[in-house]
Amino acid sequence: LQIFEYNGSAVVAMVGKNCFAIASDRRLGVQLQTISTDFQKIYTIHDKLFIGLSGLATDAQTLYQRLVFRHKLYELREERNMKPETFASLVSSILYEKRFGPYFCQPVIAGLGDDDKPFICTMDSIGAKELAKDFVVSGTASESLYGACESMFKPDMEPDELFETISQALLSSVDRDCLSGWGGHVYVVTPTEVTERILKGRMD
Amino acid sequence: MESVFGFACKDFAVVVADASAVHSILVHKSNEDKIMHLDSHKLLGASGETGDRAQFTEFIQKNVALYHFRNGIPLTTAAAANFTRGELATALRKSPYMVNIILAGYDKDTGPSLYFIDYIASLHKVDRAAFGYGSYFALSMMDRYHRPDMTVDEAVKLVDQCISEIRKRLVVAPPNFVIKIVDKEGARLHSWKVSVEEGSVPVA
Repeated sequence: LQIFEYNGSAVVAMVGKNCFAIASDRRLGVQLQTISTDFQKIYTIHDKLFIGLSGLATDAQTLYQRLVFRHKLYELREERNMKPETFASLVSSILYEKRFGPYFCQPVIAGLGDDDKPFICTMDSIGAKELAKDFVVSGTASESLYGACESMFKPDMEPDELFETISQALLSSVDRDCLSGWGGHVYVVTPTEVTERILKGRMD
Repeated sequence: MESVFGFACKDFAVVVADASAVHSILVHKSNEDKIMHLDSHKLLGASGETGDRAQFTEFIQKNVALYHFRNGIPLTTAAAANFTRGELATALRKSPYMVNIILAGYDKDTGPSLYFIDYIASLHKVDRAAFGYGSYFALSMMDRYHRPDMTVDEAVKLVDQCISEIRKRLVVAPPNFVIKIVDKEGARLHSWKVSVEEGSVPVA
């Protein structure tokens, strides 16, 4: 029983010109069996901050509930939204709290920080942050995603081109992974709007 | 291994469970009702470890009733499902309940809904769900024949088809099943599908 491969997932985030995109697959499985093809893995923390949680679905749900709780408290006290960098440190700290009994999730965090500068990062299941300027990946399809993103990524893409790139990278990677896929879910976020799109992919 | 399955249509939801209580190679009884009524409009079909199933479902039922007493209004199906998930998630890293759950309910404003809750507390709202070895057959039959606009009679025919397939193809198939429906009028027993009468001696 490989815990990280129990449910199956693929999450990727990319930076563009004053925008970012975050995408995930839509499969919820229990090992070889597919339970659902509309499972949400990317959650909104606030309108300029998104977190994608790959790994074990139950821990992703628990972790998301804890993070929303902490952000709501922060918002009440500070009377403003959390910056992505701050949020990433919060997630890292919450994950390390469970160092010897961890949440089996690998988060991908993407947001627009000060002056709407795009910020992305990922971390492992015990909170080791990995900042990147171009793209971050996680999930069972991560190795394929690294390859696809490395070859398809260009810096400073406009939102439309960024959407195309991240979508193609996601779909081609999950097609090489039996545990993820069954469609795609892409958010493209600019300082003024959030576009949510569902991708039609191979349903196998 | 215990089978539970169910699906939701436009006006009602159905939950079906096998009726055998088994201990290793011995069948204790074949008329066990594994679908608990949480309240007038909710059904909780559970499969898994016998003791955990009985204890956990009763615990949820009593807490749902307590909420109603304290607050004067019943929980919605979504709230009951999230409460159940929360209890499973809290117990997961201490002493997990080995119970898989299908929660079906009818709410006045949102209609019928069905929730899949794994024993490791993965929660997802679905149209059709199944657990156990029977799921391999039931899910395929439901994927092929389920439509959201089915009538109760058509739905029961589909349930019969699923049960026939399980009886035909599963080597240790449970002989008896219980079918329950929840709709606007409430949660009620629809029928027992019996092929081995409790208390009778089969002719050799």
